[in-house]
Amino acid sequence: MNATVARLTVRGLLGRRRALLLLVLPLVLVGMAAVVRLVAGADDGTAVGLVGGFGLGTIVPLVALLAGTGSIGPEIDDGSIVYLLSKPISRFTILVSKLATAVVVALGFGALPVGAAMLVLAQSPGALVVPYLVGAAAACTAYAALFLCLAVVTRNAVIVGLLYAIVWETTVAGFVPGAQNLSVRQWSLGLTEAMLGADADRFGVAAAVAASTGGALLAVLTVAATYYGARRLETLPLTSAE
Amino acid sequence: MSTVVIDQVSRWFGNVVAVNDVSMTIGPGVTGLLGPNGAGKSTLIAMMAGFLAPSAGSVTIDGEPTWRNEQIYRRLGLVPEREGMYDVVTGRELVLANARLHLLPDPESAAARAVATVDMEAAQDREISTYSKGMKQRIKMATALVHDPSVLLLDEPFNGMDPRQRLHLMELLHRMADDGRTVLFSSHILEEVEQLAGSIEVMVAGRHAASGDFREIRRLMTERPHQYTIRSSDDRALAAALIAHGSTSGVELREAALHVRAADRAAFVHVLPLLARHHDVRLYEVAPADESLESVFSYLVER
Repeated sequence: MNATVARLTVRGLLGRRRALLLLVLPLVLVGMAAVVRLVAGADDGTAVGLVGGFGLGTIVPLVALLAGTGSIGPEIDDGSIVYLLSKPISRFTILVSKLATAVVVALGFGALPVGAAMLVLAQSPGALVVPYLVGAAAACTAYAALFLCLAVVTRNAVIVGLLYAIVWETTVAGFVPGAQNLSVRQWSLGLTEAMLGADADRFGVAAAVAASTGGALLAVLTVAATYYGARRLETLPLTSAE
Repeated sequence: MSTVVIDQVSRWFGNVVAVNDVSMTIGPGVTGLLGPNGAGKSTLIAMMAGFLAPSAGSVTIDGEPTWRNEQIYRRLGLVPEREGMYDVVTGRELVLANARLHLLPDPESAAARAVATVDMEAAQDREISTYSKGMKQRIKMATALVHDPSVLLLDEPFNGMDPRQRLHLMELLHRMADDGRTVLFSSHILEEVEQLAGSIEVMVAGRHAASGDFREIRRLMTERPHQYTIRSSDDRALAAALIAHGSTSGVELREAALHVRAADRAAFVHVLPLLARHHDVRLYEVAPADESLESVFSYLVER
């Protein structure tokens, strides 16, 4: 972990225009929760539907996509990554520092708003907020690692990541039962379901995988993406003539 | 004192060979890496800087490989050609961040020293996005110097600079060399290299074409035969007259024009109109064939 790398990454993430998007996405989620509450009143079923569906399914992956790709992609694009790579710091340290930054940003703009939206809309927030917060936090971490790795591997990380988030997580995994076993959203929902315990059925929360499987797969994905991203960063070809 | 050794290095991208079996040794002082655009200079510098693996051969600094060896950056400073920098920070902040990234014991004073070296104290607290090209170049220079490296690599540092900035950078590079550093910069402009570099390495089309001090390179370039393309009322008669004269080493009739290789340019230019009038040939067009740097360089390669 290198504090200077993290600091520069934060400046890059929040200093650019995409910081606005990072702010808008959570506002949309919490705003929607507030509007629904004003119109229809607090309700656990609606909260699980909105926060679990739109929050975990759309806002969290999008925020993690912005944070994960944004913490290294623009630097690779404009060549300023040279200033980090031409230093006696291992590429692994650089990647982990960037990942830590991306995770913190994703937690702040993705996971916390999920908890906040649940707090606003749920009738029994005491039971729902923490499990959803934990699920969203786990998803943010895994997504950030995945999308950061993707940004090292390809210049089109945002598009590839969007396709994954929309096509795979939302559509394929929504309709094809088998595909749900390979969905970050389902893995993290497994954690949420386990934390809800006996209440899960009552709230209508059913993940495709068990918490142990989901947690293990999230951990494996995070570690593997970090390791592979660092390896690719070690051999990232940089030429000024392109 | 450090020495960069490039030993039989090649680099290809798919089917394209960017650097072709280049060997050179770069020692203390200023070395110019001269060559037309696309000659493989940037690729070679990227390999020296450890940002690209040689497809064959090795690049070492004082015996240590540069590829996948981040410790090499303790003695290596790099000024990239690309403009990309952390625009949202100030010049001083960027130099300071670089000092910290080098894990220097006293980053604050190292940064202040580097900023002073490039004469950017007045603008150091402005955001980099507000800098002119020359100021950006100087801040890049400061980030490369902040850890006092013994080897400094600069990729096309004079691109887009005005004459005053150019002069300033040249002074700075001379000072670096006087301190015993190994300074290498690339350029596609002969005059830049001429003014600055103690020794010159010429690259053309991925190959190491020539090496030496400036006078040698200049001699190689001016002594080469000059090519002219001539159109006239009677190319064949003119060709016969020219080849009979000592200033011409070769003539060729091709594509409805006369192509002449002049061994002695001054004599050729003087005698051409005289010969034409004498043989009653009307000259329609006399054009020096491609005099671009590329053709000068490729002459060096063909030798």
